[in-house]
Amino acid sequence: MSASSRAAPPLGSAAPVVRLTGVGYEINGRSVFDGLDVVIERGKVTAIMGPSGTGKTTLLRLITGQVRPSRGRVEVNGEDVGALDTDSLYRLRRGMGMLFQNGALLTDLDVYENVAFPVREHTRLPEPLVSRLVLMKLQAVGLRGAARLMPAELSGGMARRVALARAIVMDPQILIYDEPFAGLDPIALGVVLRLIRETNDALGLTSIVVSHDVREISLLADRAYLLSGGSVAAAGTPTELADDSSPIVRQFMDGLADGPVHFHYPAPDYAAQLLDAEVPV
Amino acid sequence: MSLVSEVVDNGRAVLVKSGSFTLFSLRLLRVTPAALRRTRLVVDQVYNTGALSLVIIMLSGLFVGMVLGLQGYDLLQRFGSTESLGVAAGLALLKELGPVVTALLFAGRAGTALTSEIGLMGATDQLSAMEMMAVDPVRRVCAPRFLGGVIAMPLLAGIFSMVGIFGAQLVGVTLMGVDAGQFWSQMRGAVELRDVNQGILKSCVFGLACSAIAVYEGYHAAPTAEGVGRATTRTVVSSSVAVLVLDYMLTAVLL
Repeated sequence: MSASSRAAPPLGSAAPVVRLTGVGYEINGRSVFDGLDVVIERGKVTAIMGPSGTGKTTLLRLITGQVRPSRGRVEVNGEDVGALDTDSLYRLRRGMGMLFQNGALLTDLDVYENVAFPVREHTRLPEPLVSRLVLMKLQAVGLRGAARLMPAELSGGMARRVALARAIVMDPQILIYDEPFAGLDPIALGVVLRLIRETNDALGLTSIVVSHDVREISLLADRAYLLSGGSVAAAGTPTELADDSSPIVRQFMDGLADGPVHFHYPAPDYAAQLLDAEVPV
Repeated sequence: MSLVSEVVDNGRAVLVKSGSFTLFSLRLLRVTPAALRRTRLVVDQVYNTGALSLVIIMLSGLFVGMVLGLQGYDLLQRFGSTESLGVAAGLALLKELGPVVTALLFAGRAGTALTSEIGLMGATDQLSAMEMMAVDPVRRVCAPRFLGGVIAMPLLAGIFSMVGIFGAQLVGVTLMGVDAGQFWSQMRGAVELRDVNQGILKSCVFGLACSAIAVYEGYHAAPTAEGVGRATTRTVVSSSVAVLVLDYMLTAVLL
């Protein structure tokens, strides 16, 4: 169960943990990715950004093996995720932690049991040890005092912190965050931001953060990818992206309503649709 | 032409669904032995599906038995054999009404609860979160619920029949004046162990079918409010039809 049993390059080395090469993916005949190349380096916080609907969450699902690519190769720690059977995939996932946008806490278990859940499922540790492990992780996210609260009693920010404690309780190598800042108040946002950075550095993790919050990503990420039109539109440090002059990067970073990503969804001619009853809605 | 293609499409959809259900059931059966070792999880589900259905089962059993008492008395009176009311009520409840009505009520109460619970877990990413924690949701969530339903159904059917017989006795003996000795002694003489076993076998088969349908529909529900609602409806409809079809098949084989 322990991270020590997994062969991994030394911490801090820049060897890629995740590598997507020429990845193509379609949903119901609609192309989401076409020739996507992404490299996530060990020990760093890498952000995946992009306008809504560009497939950021789908990218995470490809990395975690929840969906398989139509073309190309997705490698995690050198293993081809698309070629793994269920057992191998589950073995691989034991080295990953994922934080869902809404926390995805198990609603019939309290905070303590939610954090203890992966430990109880994968190990036969004695209860005093489980208890110490859970309390240490809850202390790390500042919610040791909320151990006996039910998920329905938590605020959005608290739920995400509990989910973070649950995600790190098995000491994963890779931590994946899906929209961790969505819907948080400034205080909770600051807490989550600090926790992601501190968790990554203190535990020597590799973090992948999917977000479209430019300000937060520029504060947090070591490297960022901007996705658009099914491939990588730009990549680099947040500073490099901020200085990039390409139209799609400028539209995204400056929050412009129109540009390469159009304000209007494709539609028939406006005047023709208003004046001619024959043009269908 | 469009009618033909529609029929073909519907036929294909039914085949795909049947295949999907069969594969899911096999997967469920494969992980069930492992789930049996998690006694606590199974006991919790027996409580959820069984104990929490007790009130509706007992109330329905009582009234079904009372109606059986009234109708049976009215019918038997025409042949001058009202003392056979105990036999009629006993056999009808143990062999037929107990298992069937319990299964229909189970589908409406416990089956819908199972489907909506698992469906909502899917809609709120709880099942995906389990998969990401390398925990198989079919083993951890579906199998204990399936087992809980399978264990609870025969127990509920037995309680339904017992309360139903009491209801028939209440009406037949207390209200209509059938002799209590005749009511019970004739029942004891005519109802054989084979009849009881038949009812138990039926309720076990119904338990398997209703529980498998409920967890299948929940697990495959579209992750939206509408999707969960539709899945819940499908659970009731599919379970009810399955129970009635299986009842005919089992009766034909067992008689």
